[in-house]
Amino acid sequence: MTERVARLRACSLEIKPWLSLERAQLMTEFYLACDAALSTPVRRAQSLAYLMERKAIHIEDGELIVGERGPSPKGTPSYPELCCHSMEDLEILHTREKISYSVSDEARRIQREEVIPYWRGGSMRDRIFAEMTPEWKDAYAAGIFTEFMEQRAPGHTVLGDLIYRKGLRQLQAEIDAALAALDFQGDPRAWDRQQELKAMRIAAGAVMRFAERHADLARRMADETADIARRNELLHIAEVCRRVPAEAPRDFHEALQAYWFVHLGVITELNTWDSFSPGRLDQHLAPFYEGGLANGALTRETAQELLQCFWVKFNNQPAPPKVGVTAAESGTYTDFCNINTGGLKGDGSDGVSEVTYLILDVIDEMRLLQPSSNLQLSKKNPERFLKRGLEIVRKGWGQPSIFNADMVVEELLRQGKSMEDARAGGTSGCVETGAFGKEAYILTGYFNTAKVLEITLCNGYDRRTGKQVGVRSGDPREFATYGELFTAFRRQLKHFVDIKIRGNQVIERLYAVHMPAPFLSVLVDDCIAKGRDYNDGGPRYNTTYIMGTSPGSVTDCLSAIKHHVYERGTATMDELLCALEADFAGCEKLRLQLWNKTPKYGNDDAYADAILREIFDAFYDEINGRPNTKGGAYRVNYLSTTCHVYFGSVTGATPDGRHAWEPLSDGISPAQGADRQGPTAVIQSAAKLDHARTGGTLLNQKFAPQLVEGEAGLNHLASLVRSYFKLDGHHIQFNIVTAETLREAQRDPEKHKDLIVRVAGYSDYFCDLTPALQGEIIARTEQAGF
Amino acid sequence: MIVNNKVEVRGLIFNIMRFSLHDGPGIRTAVFFKGCPLSCLWCHNPESQNFTPDVMYSAERCQLCGECRTACPHSAIQRVGDRMTVTEDCQRCGTCVDFCGAEARTVSGREMTAGEIIKEIERDLVFFDDSGGGATFTGGEPFSQPELLEALLTECRSRRIHTAIETCGAAPREQVLRIGALADIILYDLKILDAGRHRTYTGAGNRNILENLEALVAAGRQVAVRIPVVPGVNDGADDVRQACEYLAGLAVERVEFLPYHPTGTEKYRRLGREYLLPDTPSTDAESMAQIAAQMRAAGVPVKQQ
Repeated sequence: MTERVARLRACSLEIKPWLSLERAQLMTEFYLACDAALSTPVRRAQSLAYLMERKAIHIEDGELIVGERGPSPKGTPSYPELCCHSMEDLEILHTREKISYSVSDEARRIQREEVIPYWRGGSMRDRIFAEMTPEWKDAYAAGIFTEFMEQRAPGHTVLGDLIYRKGLRQLQAEIDAALAALDFQGDPRAWDRQQELKAMRIAAGAVMRFAERHADLARRMADETADIARRNELLHIAEVCRRVPAEAPRDFHEALQAYWFVHLGVITELNTWDSFSPGRLDQHLAPFYEGGLANGALTRETAQELLQCFWVKFNNQPAPPKVGVTAAESGTYTDFCNINTGGLKGDGSDGVSEVTYLILDVIDEMRLLQPSSNLQLSKKNPERFLKRGLEIVRKGWGQPSIFNADMVVEELLRQGKSMEDARAGGTSGCVETGAFGKEAYILTGYFNTAKVLEITLCNGYDRRTGKQVGVRSGDPREFATYGELFTAFRRQLKHFVDIKIRGNQVIERLYAVHMPAPFLSVLVDDCIAKGRDYNDGGPRYNTTYIMGTSPGSVTDCLSAIKHHVYERGTATMDELLCALEADFAGCEKLRLQLWNKTPKYGNDDAYADAILREIFDAFYDEINGRPNTKGGAYRVNYLSTTCHVYFGSVTGATPDGRHAWEPLSDGISPAQGADRQGPTAVIQSAAKLDHARTGGTLLNQKFAPQLVEGEAGLNHLASLVRSYFKLDGHHIQFNIVTAETLREAQRDPEKHKDLIVRVAGYSDYFCDLTPALQGEIIARTEQAGF
Repeated sequence: MIVNNKVEVRGLIFNIMRFSLHDGPGIRTAVFFKGCPLSCLWCHNPESQNFTPDVMYSAERCQLCGECRTACPHSAIQRVGDRMTVTEDCQRCGTCVDFCGAEARTVSGREMTAGEIIKEIERDLVFFDDSGGGATFTGGEPFSQPELLEALLTECRSRRIHTAIETCGAAPREQVLRIGALADIILYDLKILDAGRHRTYTGAGNRNILENLEALVAAGRQVAVRIPVVPGVNDGADDVRQACEYLAGLAVERVEFLPYHPTGTEKYRRLGREYLLPDTPSTDAESMAQIAAQMRAAGVPVKQQ
């Protein structure tokens, strides 16, 4: 790492995220003064132009890639048109223990005196809650589902190769051509298209102007500096900013800067979910890298330094501050920009290049929370690619995660994408599959299947909120068979999916009508050609997701009921329900039976895994293929971010022996401590889920560092990945555990029964070791540098 | 009934461990045979030694709920102080284990057919294929159940599953040679060269063991020798010198050292047995490296650790 990069990185790590009211203030100013006769898309575009013309810009000492969303690094704007924070919200943001943002007195004054008076009652958040039905509100309050769009805009998309081929000026020319071709006689929507296209043109201009301001600033700074080397750098930066993203980039530096301005444009226009991502960065950069090496303008070292400067920029932009349920479902500073490496090229050939390895080196050296990174692993990719990625994984800070590129193509094809678009696709956010540059694949909320089961067991009643939120599906004490119970569960499932989708359909239209995203629309095919906004069905593909959570816990719950109540007679349904209501107080004997003597998911156990499939089919059949408002369809995927903790906190004791309010299982991973047969059994169980019918699944595996050490350890990890992918798994990530986790396992062995450690010439379950040996392994783990 | 059908052969197994990484190449499934002719004092799997099932009991986990006593068809469980103990009437049927939600009671040792074991092994074929792994038959002592071992090796061979035997070598020569020839590799434990001290620490002499090893090597089998390095038992200068001299004259594939860790002590407690090497510390990395260097200098093919 060069001294320059080390300094920029340290600065990015040091500064605490802080709330910047600059955007909110400018936006309020604009709305107060703007022409009331403007159409909504044009007004939105003009507001972006207003921001980009006036916001403070900043070039950090020594940096090569320039531009910040806030006035300076880690300055995080708010978006009052989407969510107008109350003064209490600001206090919470400032003081909460985790994921806080410092809020100055001046920021509070602006919020109180300028922002709140204008936006209160008129933000998207207000509109959404005003439109939701009482049933929706009760289900939301009960914790059956979350709502992604209540304080953040739809985003969930990734850029294709567009900006490397075309500058924004050329895209404006295409917009002009589309405007000229409008048919006001034959097309009843011609005016809508005209307004949208005009808005796109203005938005593209806004971002070009933003780049130009940086060129001017760099030029001024060059004149003012006494440092000759820095002066030359600043002059070069000025030249780069003068060119991109208005024109297509000509070299490596211009390509990175072009993306960065476009990225800032998207995340300034709206607080899009998962920010925005460059997608297949290695493939986009490969021609510029090779060209630079060939003409001598670039070396591997200078390319690496530029990439590292680029990396710092992502880390400088924490996720916009979230409050309430949204903060609970996604409690992190990361904004889920996720960079893809490897995979396939559009023609189906191996996509790994020298730039792929360069990017992996950057990931390894930078060790930053943002951007996230992943391997898109195809059977066609070389083993060296996987091993290099695993070397980084093994260091235990959680990146990169690994995806099955061949499966991603299959998932996209199943959803009806063309072969070409499928191959140009990949994954973003956590694990979501999408056709890069061509698809809006919107995640609308997590769905708490465990809670649905709890409500089924209470005949539609939610004990925590004291409301009848579900249908009366019958008193479980009267169900003679497991089949009757499952039918009741399916009825509740349908009931809540109907409520969720009804809400989604309204929210989609609210965004289409009130909150278009003209700049993002410029970047995604075929918004220009259709003259329609990103939020209104403009993209070639429009998918709406509802995310299933905790299939591990739910499988174990149903398995426990089937096994203990309907087959073995360990307890009657009444005894079970009483025990659940009492959170197992006085029923520890029964709880231990449920916890330890139930066939559980994650053990390659046919009994449990058959239930997993039943649950998946029920969820899939309920959702997949229902039409959304944008000409596309609903799909399912399985991930939880931090939502399994929130969902656990609203879900009482469950039949798998879990205590009330404890976390549920994450992603498609087995419940905490449920898997006892090792990772190959977990993989076999996880592979029984039909990943091809999802838009992504998330599997977490935990390892102690001793288990993966040496070349042999790397080979074992590689084999686990390749084998899971051969079985059509979608994604896997390895958490190499820390000494802290081991200590926690000592304190709470029940939750960590699945934790395997390498003891000596063999491995063992950590919780089965004597305290003394556990202590020794903790000491060894600490020595290993984690 | 099909006569001589190998999948019908039965035997006593105390564990089948998937994702076993340290007993042969690749990702393996280790099948632990129950019963061993030796009784090494440092044995970290003491439940492997008896040729009959063992009931293990963890007083720390026990909730003293008494379900096991109620469930026992032989009335062989009683409460003594803060423990639920078994009487001589225990038939090791394992009924109590099913009723013990706290998992304080476990049974080590289950009768299985070769067919059932093969089915378990085949669950991880996909991992074997990718990693070059397979099945390892260990124990206990796999040669102590020769029919089962032969059946398993034959069945694996017909399924193209790579096999390893891990043995202490205490078995009739004819069996070791004939059945050993069916395995792809043999991991051969070597403990102490001195016959008298071998007897003291393992309960048996080592002449037969050494001769079996020599015979396997002479027969051209692929043999890896594994030496557990137990502080104060076989890490003295004389032990190392003798091992060097012996192995230098033997054409084994490679030699590995296994560090000793006092991991088995808890299991002795659960079996109600006394652990006779209570104060032995873990092998330190330095002395392992020293022994390895000494061996290497003597021309022994020591595996890089």
